[in-house]
Amino acid sequence: MNKRGDLVSPMSPRLRRRTVLVALGALLLALALAPGALHADDKFIIVQSTTSIQNSGLFDHILPMFEKKTGIEVRVVAVGTGQALKNATNGDGDVVLVHSKPDEERFVAEGWGLKRHDVMYNDFVIVGPASDPAGIAALKDADEALEKIAKAETPFASRGDGSGTHRAEQKLWQDASIDAKKSSGGWYLETGSGMGATLNTAVGKHAYTLTDLGTWLSFENKGDFKVLVEGDPKLFNQYGGILVNPAKHPNVKADDGQAFVDWLISSDGQAAIASYKIDGKQLFFPNARPGA
Amino acid sequence: MTDFINAFKTALGLIVTLNPGLVEILFLSLKVSLSAVAIASVLGFAIGGTLAVYRFPGRGAVVAVLGALMGLPPVVAGLLVYLLLSNAGPLGVLQLLYTPTAMIIAQVVLVTPIIAALSCQACEDLLEEYDEQLRSLGASPRAIVLTLLWDGRYRLTSAVLAGFGRAIAEVGAVMIVGGNIDHVTRTMTTAIALETSKGNIALALALGIVLLATAVAVNAALMSVRRLALRLAYA
Amino acid sequence: MLDPTHPLNGLGTAFGSARAPLPVELRALNYEASGKLVIDNANLKIETRGITAIMGPNGAGKSVLLRLMHGLIAPTGGEILWGGRQMDRELSRRQAMVFQKPVLLRRSVAANIRHALGLRGVGRKERAIRVDDALKLAALERHASTPARVLSGGEQQRLCLARALSLEPELLFLDEPTASLDPASTLAIEKLLIDAQRRSIKIIVVTHDVGQARRLAQDVIFMHHGRIIEHGYADSFFDTPRSEGARAYLAGGLVL
Repeated sequence: MNKRGDLVSPMSPRLRRRTVLVALGALLLALALAPGALHADDKFIIVQSTTSIQNSGLFDHILPMFEKKTGIEVRVVAVGTGQALKNATNGDGDVVLVHSKPDEERFVAEGWGLKRHDVMYNDFVIVGPASDPAGIAALKDADEALEKIAKAETPFASRGDGSGTHRAEQKLWQDASIDAKKSSGGWYLETGSGMGATLNTAVGKHAYTLTDLGTWLSFENKGDFKVLVEGDPKLFNQYGGILVNPAKHPNVKADDGQAFVDWLISSDGQAAIASYKIDGKQLFFPNARPGA
Repeated sequence: MTDFINAFKTALGLIVTLNPGLVEILFLSLKVSLSAVAIASVLGFAIGGTLAVYRFPGRGAVVAVLGALMGLPPVVAGLLVYLLLSNAGPLGVLQLLYTPTAMIIAQVVLVTPIIAALSCQACEDLLEEYDEQLRSLGASPRAIVLTLLWDGRYRLTSAVLAGFGRAIAEVGAVMIVGGNIDHVTRTMTTAIALETSKGNIALALALGIVLLATAVAVNAALMSVRRLALRLAYA
Repeated sequence: MLDPTHPLNGLGTAFGSARAPLPVELRALNYEASGKLVIDNANLKIETRGITAIMGPNGAGKSVLLRLMHGLIAPTGGEILWGGRQMDRELSRRQAMVFQKPVLLRRSVAANIRHALGLRGVGRKERAIRVDDALKLAALERHASTPARVLSGGEQQRLCLARALSLEPELLFLDEPTASLDPASTLAIEKLLIDAQRRSIKIIVVTHDVGQARRLAQDVIFMHHGRIIEHGYADSFFDTPRSEGARAYLAGGLVL
């Protein structure tokens, strides 16, 4: 830079400074007003749901059908079942769609939700490395598989986040009379994360883990992992839908929320769920009982 | 290694085709973070300038707390704002949870301490040089603050850049108060988290590359403004 | 110690009519900083209309005395009177000060003057006129929109002085304004000071430069160890210093 004088241009500094400020202001204003980021229509509901459904891609498949039919936009907040129910208890959602029946029933019993409906199910499966160090492949009994894993002390990745999958896994250990939690930090790894993150950890650590089939089939980072145990009735994974009680939270959009629940259990909704397939394989099986 | 190569290919593909999904979330990321930084700058300059000039009991404690808050974990900022905006919380009636506005608020909480603390430092350094001269000129404390903020403008742009870097990169706060809702509150970082959890490592990484490139572009833009300011405004 | 029957007392009016209220008076002034008495019972009455020089070895308390008189720091004891009035904020706004190291804002040369006038509450129109006058005075018109901090040392100090004069002070303090300047720049500053004095601005300058004090000062205050040792007409101070310290100082020796 030259020592002095050369910096002066015909445009006065004050004017140029103002030009810069105006340009910056205009940019911010444009960003704030720009369309696209926010849907203008007010007709929407918030569904507190689980990462397992979101990660499987089911919502992307069925929600456009519902929105087309009713004009109601569905905004999905995907967290673990535990957090989804907690958020709904705070009134931060209109509908919950989760998978931990005992927790759902308590949610309804405590008055936070109205009627609970079975919506669909799929299966949990135990996945693990192809080398299968604990030798659980093709076992028909989940208890036996867990016993073998515990005995061999091969790594097992648990969600550890109070989600529906975590609850189901805890129940399996309980049925097998194994206190896996005692070995937490040893061979029992609690990730405290969502299903996908836990699968990533399991693959990285060559650890067995319990996952819902939907997330597994749509998961892209499988490495050499395989489904090793499936088909045990204990691995049944039921999803339920509940409208949040508008009496507890007046902000709940009862009509639109109920419309979504009704659609899910209607023949249209059930057919939509059944039609979602990855590589020709159906991920969720509708099992609503109309009128029940 | 294949993930890396795929990531760069995917990133390039997304950019070249101006993938509408990408444009939408990138736009939202920029809108949220730039708005938050703009608001946090106004607040941060005011707080920083005031702390540098005014002397009051407890000032040292405020400065220390501000310094500590620079390291506030985004998740904590998100939780605080969630508790405020939740329908069970004091501001639930505003119905702001799971909206871009909520994300802006959370990032303002996150970024304001950074900009305030750095502005305070910049103003204090200048004040050391200017104090007697300004008081000799009869400047009121308020006039001193304004003088310091204007004369410290180069360092303040650095503070703003630091704040922007923090805002555009964080995922914890926007995830909690935004909910990562598709087409509504999904940003670059929450999309990256989602794709990672889906096991789409290459796509997640590609989004990361795009985010990084965007951050570099915004930094370059702000730096050129700063250089322009430097030329106009007499360092 | 100042002699109450000092020949300077009561001679102030001899220097023609002026706006600046006089005298500048210190009464039993003390200033203590971290347990040390930096100004020790200073008593002084400045009544001359011309330039007053404050001299003395390093650490004598000259700069502190200047800051006390300008109201930048508050005395821990005693009082300062100006034209019979207790020094206060309002009075200090009728003064200006130039520091040893030029303090320039990170703005243009013109903006430095403009901002100073703004802080003193000078209206927009009047400001523009005074900025032009000050630039002319300091011969810096060419550099009006140059960043102030790229000026040379002499130009910077000229700008500081012009900025101070643009405030139209009645009393101007300078703290070793030419200590780090070359002779040409020093001469330029001195010219501005003599000119300002002709316009009836009372000037009190701290200086180390005996030659400068001889060239400028009407009266000289000699300080040592926080005390005012002598105050007298410049001629008599330089020809027949009364104190040991002043004699040693003027002879260029170390003053202990």
